Amino acid sequence: MASESNSKWKRIWKYRALVVLALPGVLLMLINNYLPMFGIFLAFKDLNYTAGIWGSKWIGLDNFKFLFASNDAWLIIRNTLLYNLSFLIINTILAVMLALLLNEVKNKFASKFFQSTVILPNFISMVIVGYIVYGFLNPELGFINRFILEPFGIDPRNWYAEAEHWPYILTLVNTWKGVGYSAVVYLAAIVGIDSEYYEAAVIDGATRWKQMTKITIPLIAPIIIIMTLLAIGRIFNADFGLFYQATMASGMIKETTDVIDTYVYRALMVTGDTGLASSAGMLQSVVGFTLVITVNLAVRKFSKENALF
Amino acid sequence: MEKKRTNPIILIVLSLFSLACLIPFWLVFMISVADEDWVTANGYSFWPGKFSLVAYQYLFEDAGKILRAYGVSASVTLIGVVVSLFVTSAMAYALSRKEFPLRGALSFYILITMLFSGGLLPWYLVYTRFLHVQDTLMALIIPGLIGGFNVIIMRTFFTNSIPPSLIDSSQIDGAGEFRTYFSIILPLSLPVMATIGLFTTVSYWNDWFTSLVFIQNEKLFSLQYLLTKTLMNASFLQTIANKAYSSTAQVTTPLESIRMAMAMIAIGPLVLVFPFLQKYFVKGLTVGAVKG
Repeated sequence: MASESNSKWKRIWKYRALVVLALPGVLLMLINNYLPMFGIFLAFKDLNYTAGIWGSKWIGLDNFKFLFASNDAWLIIRNTLLYNLSFLIINTILAVMLALLLNEVKNKFASKFFQSTVILPNFISMVIVGYIVYGFLNPELGFINRFILEPFGIDPRNWYAEAEHWPYILTLVNTWKGVGYSAVVYLAAIVGIDSEYYEAAVIDGATRWKQMTKITIPLIAPIIIIMTLLAIGRIFNADFGLFYQATMASGMIKETTDVIDTYVYRALMVTGDTGLASSAGMLQSVVGFTLVITVNLAVRKFSKENALF
Repeated sequence: MEKKRTNPIILIVLSLFSLACLIPFWLVFMISVADEDWVTANGYSFWPGKFSLVAYQYLFEDAGKILRAYGVSASVTLIGVVVSLFVTSAMAYALSRKEFPLRGALSFYILITMLFSGGLLPWYLVYTRFLHVQDTLMALIIPGLIGGFNVIIMRTFFTNSIPPSLIDSSQIDGAGEFRTYFSIILPLSLPVMATIGLFTTVSYWNDWFTSLVFIQNEKLFSLQYLLTKTLMNASFLQTIANKAYSSTAQVTTPLESIRMAMAMIAIGPLVLVFPFLQKYFVKGLTVGAVKG
């Protein structure tokens, strides 16, 4: 035993230069990821800044009781799940379709042009997205109210105060921003398919449609599964930028736009309620982790090489 | 032989898709060059009846705040990207060496960070109570320095495209690990460095969240955060316009166009360099799509 561990240390010592190279990254991950993980027990404490983290009182499940006693918990969980689920479904279907279409473009210049334009929204910040949404929805001057509703004699709407429209608005904005990126990832997978499959299929008289459904889609299925897996693992994490910037953090539409991330942010930075922030945050981390592990196990069951780990 | 012509229906559908992606930018641009009185009377439009460049004039006359924010964003991005590339590639290189005894443990260490997070509050406390970096540029730089996914992409690149024999022979010739890393690995990994570098650049440049959480001092506002403030807070927008306003004898401050002109100034550089970077992005996505 002793000599075994001894030789292990010896081998590590032999590669100490590699340890040094890896060290900055290890330290940064310690600060960024691991220290916060240990902070998760704050959910069971009544955090008191003057007493410090260690000096604060243990209060058991009180923070969680408080969180679930309000209706907020169910609302933000419902919103987070429903938004992410619809984003996932709509985005995947549209992105695969878009990738298939892009793959049909034979002209090199046109293909490049389409790829650039559809992916452009992915590279601008959510802040700019907030400006764009505001340009369309500003209650007094917005394009929708002034140039679409008014000419049809429909009363202008106060978009930032009416909760019922936001599920559609946010879904649209999310699709606009994200679909190009996913499509290009799928396109890259399609381009990587061996052309012999298609040549053989053409000899057998397969139509373009047949080639698409029998060759292309089955062959890119692994990538679709991995992207979906990643998304399901993050289904409890909302895109904070989208829900904060696009809604201009309007409090009046919370019912349909509040998600776990915006709730935690508000509890922490605006109302200063660390108890709610930590319990909702912990809920998110634990459920998220469980989801990734479960989904990954499920995928491993029927197709081992497609699992993440 | 099949004809090399694209089905016109596909071209039409894709053109509509492209248009839908571009046209929102056009709206913002048109508001920024619209005459304020016309906008107040008619609303935001894709083709305002009256044009005016007054908004841009205002911004250039009182460019102090914006220039400062540009400076903050540019320095954070530059430092962040350079340090991040170094840290990420060094860690990835260690992981790519099959003989490295800590390889498995380190991979696991990285995997955990990709699966589980402590959440916003503990993260916030680490930065403010432990590192005490709030209201410094460090708070904007540190969070983006390393990401598990990037390390894995780089490691995959190193293992797949740098022959182990190359490393062996350099070490037989007496090069140490550092020497090997700097003079063999780095020069050979330009494609992956460019890709990850571009991704990191975009995420630093677009970041506003860390400012929102950690920055109170107006002098350290990044460009995106300044824009956030301007969008959400009308009186903040007013303070940006005020100084220039007092020096000219105009009746109305073109607040609406100033707001959108600021957005344009922030989008500008990205759209100008985008066509050149696009091929790297696409390449990077391909790399990212391959499982690590």
